[in-house]
Amino acid sequence: MTIAVDPPKRGFRLSQLIYDTRYRSITIQVIALILIAALLTFLIVNLVQNLHALGKDIDFTFLSSRAGYDINQMLIPYDNSMSHGRAALVGIANTMLIAVLGCIAATIIGVLAGVLRLSKNWIVARLMTVYVEGFRNVPLLLWILLIYALFTESTPSPRDFGGDNPTASMWLFDTIAVTNRGVYIPMPVWGPGSTALVVILLASIVGILAFRSFARKRQAATGQILPVFWVSLGLFFVPSVIAYYALGKPLTFSYPELGGFNFQGGLQVRNSFTALWVALSLYTGAFIAENVRAGIMAVSKGQSEAAFALGLRPNRTMSLVILPQALRVIIPPLISQYLNLTKNSSLAIAVGYMDVRATLGGITINQTGRELEGILLLAAFYLTVSLSISTVMNIYNRGIMLKER
Amino acid sequence: MVLPDPSARNRAPKNATSAERIVGNQEEVNMNNSVLLGALTVVGLAAGTSHAATLDDVKARGALNCGVNTGLVGFAAPDANGVWDGFDIGLCRAVAAAIFGDPNAVNFIPTTGQTRFTALASGEVDVLIRNSTWTYSRDTDLKFDWVGVNYYDGQGFLAPAALGVSSAKELDGATVCIQTGTTTELNLADFFRVNNITYEPVPVATDAEAQQQYLAGACDVFTTDASGLAATRATFEKPEEHILLPEIISKEPLGPLVRHGDNAWGDIIRWTYNALLSAEELGITSANVAEMAAAPTNNPEINRILGTEGEMGAMMGLEPNWAVNAIAAGGNYGELFEKNIGENTPIGLARGLNALWTQGGLQYSPPFR
Repeated sequence: MTIAVDPPKRGFRLSQLIYDTRYRSITIQVIALILIAALLTFLIVNLVQNLHALGKDIDFTFLSSRAGYDINQMLIPYDNSMSHGRAALVGIANTMLIAVLGCIAATIIGVLAGVLRLSKNWIVARLMTVYVEGFRNVPLLLWILLIYALFTESTPSPRDFGGDNPTASMWLFDTIAVTNRGVYIPMPVWGPGSTALVVILLASIVGILAFRSFARKRQAATGQILPVFWVSLGLFFVPSVIAYYALGKPLTFSYPELGGFNFQGGLQVRNSFTALWVALSLYTGAFIAENVRAGIMAVSKGQSEAAFALGLRPNRTMSLVILPQALRVIIPPLISQYLNLTKNSSLAIAVGYMDVRATLGGITINQTGRELEGILLLAAFYLTVSLSISTVMNIYNRGIMLKER
Repeated sequence: MVLPDPSARNRAPKNATSAERIVGNQEEVNMNNSVLLGALTVVGLAAGTSHAATLDDVKARGALNCGVNTGLVGFAAPDANGVWDGFDIGLCRAVAAAIFGDPNAVNFIPTTGQTRFTALASGEVDVLIRNSTWTYSRDTDLKFDWVGVNYYDGQGFLAPAALGVSSAKELDGATVCIQTGTTTELNLADFFRVNNITYEPVPVATDAEAQQQYLAGACDVFTTDASGLAATRATFEKPEEHILLPEIISKEPLGPLVRHGDNAWGDIIRWTYNALLSAEELGITSANVAEMAAAPTNNPEINRILGTEGEMGAMMGLEPNWAVNAIAAGGNYGELFEKNIGENTPIGLARGLNALWTQGGLQYSPPFR
């Protein structure tokens, strides 16, 4: 292939489709495409025929009929006289809640565990190894059930808080109640004037961001380091606290109190939610820890040696030199961990957490008998969410990628 | 399924292998996918064709596929030796005995509240005998046929005696464990709505899980069919510390069901069940059935049931002694009831609505004529 000779110009022959390397791959791809299309057509025709034989059709009108069942955790208003479609939305909101909180917690746990696993401290490094291997190698469902069982079996029932001889008591000056039905925490009640408070809080967050950008520019220009952390802390709390009192305490809290069968008032964080959240975060965190460790180890040792030679302290070396470079290796596999966590949240039904799999894919399918439609909708939902996460993370990835000039 | 093109054989083998090498991993992935899809298609076809003549399929298989509860003591649960036993199991065995003459020619397929109807519709089970409530939409929209009601039930509440409640209407604000994917979910919502009180549902997948949650105190009360509550309570360490609240908030006719479209198969289940009912009415028991079937008796209906007179079995495509085998398998309806869930068992259910019509109940078999 080293000598280039002009081939004699000849017309296209059919045999070139197989013997000519220029066309062969295209030929094979076209044949494969036709076969796949034929197979899909066959499957769909088969499905339609079988559904017809069963006397069933594909019909999505069940979404607008009355659901008739109740859901315990509702982020949007819902009651049993609303439609199946609304119940599906309640489930979607619950799925998104667990997915978002799970991704955040898993990232924090994963980064900490990944960095600590490389620690020079023997005990810390080995402990992290035990955590990572323990969680990675046991099925997630078992972890969810185990953590849920721990929550329900080891905590007192609300009944134990009442009576003449209560065997359980609330925490933190009687503001938090840990029970086997969930943790009841104080719930903020937004009184008149609280809008102003929120605006001030948002303004101080903008202020913090502005100050940080100013400090960075100043450091780049003069080399002086400003106390960013303390100033940020001050900017966050001082204006809000002053405004809180100036506006006459618009924000109050509703505290849980034992009444009837359960605690009334406050915000109930159900054990099903907590168990699912903890299990998903710890499980996915173990995988992220390995990604982080791989990313850090992918950064050449010369980088940290050079940073030390410049006099940077170890934690600054990690946050300013190693991690930014490691991120390039960490982000792509991190995307698939986020996708895994989101999809794994469909195991929620095991502990009775009412996610979209439990409402649309569980009760609704059962009450209406529309399995195919329900599963198609579920698949479309998870596909949309996964593709959205991928898109967002890929945009972020492009931002931190090594830019070659 | 897709036969290779005959002209492909003419290709030089060397080219074929190099082509494979070029395509590499991508083709391998595609192949795995198509194998999977192919398998799914075969399953789909098998399910699609199994609806025509269920009896022939069952005979060819040599065993009845009976969909049962995953474990509800008294109705359907494996005993200490792993042998399935219970009231619903008894009916499964009677049907198997009627078809094969062998009460053990049954595969018990455990189904949850969520999977049961899909299992029946897809042909995974031939008949579902799993405490399933007969409702309008299940009968019409889900395309099933209930062939009878083997237990007239209603939804109740189980509560610890220490809770100090004497009526379900006092349950305002209570946490209620409920098996998801059942009619009980809808009844519960309606009951609390009508009485203008609130509750917090804790959905669980199976009776076993509900029991664990209830005993741990994660819910105040557990609700399901009253028979199921009695069965669940019987397995508790201290059953006397738990009470059934007096309210029965729904009608739950539980019975065996089959798919639409094969009436002959539905007839076999229906008349096996009716044979067990008639046997109780006519005094045929597992102890005396062999003796009564040995020679014609004075009662022509007994003779017709037991095949000593007429051609009743052949009308359904079964042996003449089908009912003898069905009754011998576990006894008549009354025997099955007393042995599995009756007042002398830990479950301790009274016959109530399930007494024969001659004794003030609702169990009534059409005549064998």
